[in-house]
Amino acid sequence: MKYTLKIWRQKDSAAKGAFETHTVDGIVPDMSFLEMMDVLNDRLIAEGKDPIAFDHDCREGICGSCSMMIDGKAHGPTRGTTCQTYMRNFKDGKTIVVEPWRARAFPVLCDLVVDRSSFDRIQQAGGYVSVNTGGAPDGNSVPVGKVKADLAMDAAQCIGCGACVAACPNASAMLFVAAKVGHLALLPQGETEGKERVRNMVAKMDAEGFGNCSNNYECEAVCPKEISADFIALMNRDYLIANAFPKPL
Amino acid sequence: MRQAFPTKGKASPGLLWELEDAMKLDSRVPPGPLAEKWDRCKLEMKLVNPANKRKYHVIVVGTGLAGGSCAASLAELGYQVSTYCFQDSPRRAHSIAAQGGINAAKNYRNDGDSVDRLFIDTLKGGDYRAREGNVYRLAQMSVNIIDQCVAQGVPFAREYGGQLDNRSFGGAQVSRTFYCRGQTGQQLLLGAYASLNRQVALGNVKSHTRHEMLDLVVVNGVAKGIIVRNLVTGAIERHSADAVVLATGGYGPVFYLSTNAVGCNVSATYRAYRRGALFANPCYTQIHPTCIPVNGDFQSKLTLMSESLRNDGRIWVPKSKGDKRNPASIPEGERDYYLERKYPSFGNLAPRDIASRAAKEACDEGKGVGELGRGVYLDFADAIARLGKKTIQERYGNLFDMYAHITGEDPYQVPMRIYPAVHYCMGGLWVDYHLMSNIPGLFVLGEANFSDHGANRLGASALMQGLSDGYFVAPYTITNYLAGVKAGSNKTDGPEFVQAERDVSQKLERLQNVKGKVAAQTFHRELGKLVWEYCGMARNDAGLKKVLGLIYDLRLRFWKEVSVPRTGTGMNQALEYAGRVADFIDFAEVLCLDALTREESCGGHFREEYQDEGEAKRDDARFSFASAWNYTGEGNKPELVKEPLDYEFVKRSVRSYK
Repeated sequence: MKYTLKIWRQKDSAAKGAFETHTVDGIVPDMSFLEMMDVLNDRLIAEGKDPIAFDHDCREGICGSCSMMIDGKAHGPTRGTTCQTYMRNFKDGKTIVVEPWRARAFPVLCDLVVDRSSFDRIQQAGGYVSVNTGGAPDGNSVPVGKVKADLAMDAAQCIGCGACVAACPNASAMLFVAAKVGHLALLPQGETEGKERVRNMVAKMDAEGFGNCSNNYECEAVCPKEISADFIALMNRDYLIANAFPKPL
Repeated sequence: MRQAFPTKGKASPGLLWELEDAMKLDSRVPPGPLAEKWDRCKLEMKLVNPANKRKYHVIVVGTGLAGGSCAASLAELGYQVSTYCFQDSPRRAHSIAAQGGINAAKNYRNDGDSVDRLFIDTLKGGDYRAREGNVYRLAQMSVNIIDQCVAQGVPFAREYGGQLDNRSFGGAQVSRTFYCRGQTGQQLLLGAYASLNRQVALGNVKSHTRHEMLDLVVVNGVAKGIIVRNLVTGAIERHSADAVVLATGGYGPVFYLSTNAVGCNVSATYRAYRRGALFANPCYTQIHPTCIPVNGDFQSKLTLMSESLRNDGRIWVPKSKGDKRNPASIPEGERDYYLERKYPSFGNLAPRDIASRAAKEACDEGKGVGELGRGVYLDFADAIARLGKKTIQERYGNLFDMYAHITGEDPYQVPMRIYPAVHYCMGGLWVDYHLMSNIPGLFVLGEANFSDHGANRLGASALMQGLSDGYFVAPYTITNYLAGVKAGSNKTDGPEFVQAERDVSQKLERLQNVKGKVAAQTFHRELGKLVWEYCGMARNDAGLKKVLGLIYDLRLRFWKEVSVPRTGTGMNQALEYAGRVADFIDFAEVLCLDALTREESCGGHFREEYQDEGEAKRDDARFSFASAWNYTGEGNKPELVKEPLDYEFVKRSVRSYK
């Protein structure tokens, strides 16, 4: 199979980027999108040209590194990460447009690589239970009902890839933040610091330059881990309560 | 083809094991009964006054389970910690991809588990090539790990009554594995990452992301710092500390195709090896039995299907060679459930090395399934009939979806096809009971060290080891080390730092100046094929000698033909990758030399000459030792240093799972 690729090239965060057109040939249906990119890069390297920079690591959909906007859709046409997108889903001969995540809080570092350290900083603002190593009570001392534990796990699956931000017209990080807030709020271990957590993480999200949720649900539609926008509602409720009643009820 | 490591009239590689040891290794395992060793060690270790702790600076390279948990725990104690990872966030370390679970001797199921039993299982699983003292401590710590992670808010699977759920896992007859669906590694790592974030917020940890360690700095024989490359700016930086922790994972991608992340590399540990740290047992590599088979040359990685699938799936191949019928139309009587047949008491749960070799045998006999004939069936039809689709979906839903997504086949309808793939490295830098290498001040944790799994690792014990090392061992032993060191000798202008930085810069320049026409990936793929063919699931003397020559040739070609286009500053992924491939090529020689030298079969190391009708034949009389390799200079054969393994408490037996 053969494709024409229009790929965003940008030397560094200060440079002005532009699209560059390349063609790739000999692509087979079982190749992943990144393996197709490898084919192109190997050729560019052999020709002594700069290969296209992109983030990738585990290539099995869990590390959250890969992050390509393919034909205007975060992670491409199928549900899942870029690395789990297969060429069988692209019509032979097609022109494919590849861009980095676009958001003020995710500056482009080089080509398709963006800086997502704002996500780390939001987590640092409260995405944890304040417990030191050692002296933890027996794991079964506090029962956690299966239904709640499963719901917490649904939220905790977030891989921090940033597709939710890239897909949102407001570049909002609400789904990302809500996933962590929801995960910990649903467990007795995380409940204690719940109010402080939701206030601090939301404040940090705003300070980093992410927009607000305006109910487009684009985030939910592209999330490779299918995290539900219901968690945003849960976070909004907790945020409201935390601000209305900052002290324990 | 030229001979690797010209022998200069010395003994041939096959006789290396007989050479005199030049170095004596002290494992520092305390004397006394097994159950008291760690308590005794803790009591005898020195402490650092709380007010003095902040004066010490510790560097932690790698932020996976071992590195992340260690950095967070050290910072909680009050030390100043700097972490480094090549990924864009500490959360992306490859521990994140561990699917199945984590073992702990909680005995919540009342099925006869205990610390002693976990200890014996792990030691036996490792084919009696690990230290008793280390393994016992690991089994003891397993219990604390679960409690710690629950306290952090790790959403472990629960039963309806709210209690923690367990499942059994490859190689164990008790249910001691705790899990978070098929994403246990992710949830445990996010727990450690959360603890780390808390310390970053408190100002106790400085996190350096997109930084790659390219050298270790040793001053007067003591580890004092590292040289890193800032992967965004391209700047080479010197960083000093009172102790250096390497938690940089395994070297699986020396085989090119593996279940590891494509960024996993040997560079940090290999470069420490070049600075004098001993590399132990590199030939002990684990081939995981349940991965999606290779289906083409373009493939960049292999995907693991969690071993937990073996709890309910049955493995089989057609009884007759080349049977290309649709699996559903092959009648029961014409199927060979070979694991159940060969190992009736363990059946489909036989340990990884055994299950892998059995799959290879079946395919070698021409009974393999799938287009390339390198695959076996993992069939859930019986389990679905017995338990219902809903239960199977609950247990393995995400794994089934992943399989369907990658292969385009529905595993609820047709059996999965699986084949073994490189998964884990038991070998790593040599460490003592304190997890310190032979270079004082250099600690090595998790998969990067060689300590606890011997020649084979049992399922669900990698997460256990990483977290045991990071949360519960290193914080004590590093404290003990720092108590004997003057704090704050943190200068980076000494001659050793200057020299190390120059070496790094020169190597990078050398790579860029080759100006060949071949991408590093091409060499990596070639290297992988060589190592997999000659030093994969089965190895032999002739093949290993041959491959050493082939690797030597590959290295010559690499340094003549590799292309690294972009020059100047800034991000340069081709340069990062070429540097890693260069280290893999050098390291592959040590790996194959180790395999050649170990003239026995044990665990993941199967030498065809040493077997009993397909079962590994250990040679305790000659090989009851850990092989630690000492770097002796560019192009020279490394020197073998042996650490004898004494079994004081456990009687070694032939590892039988029949």
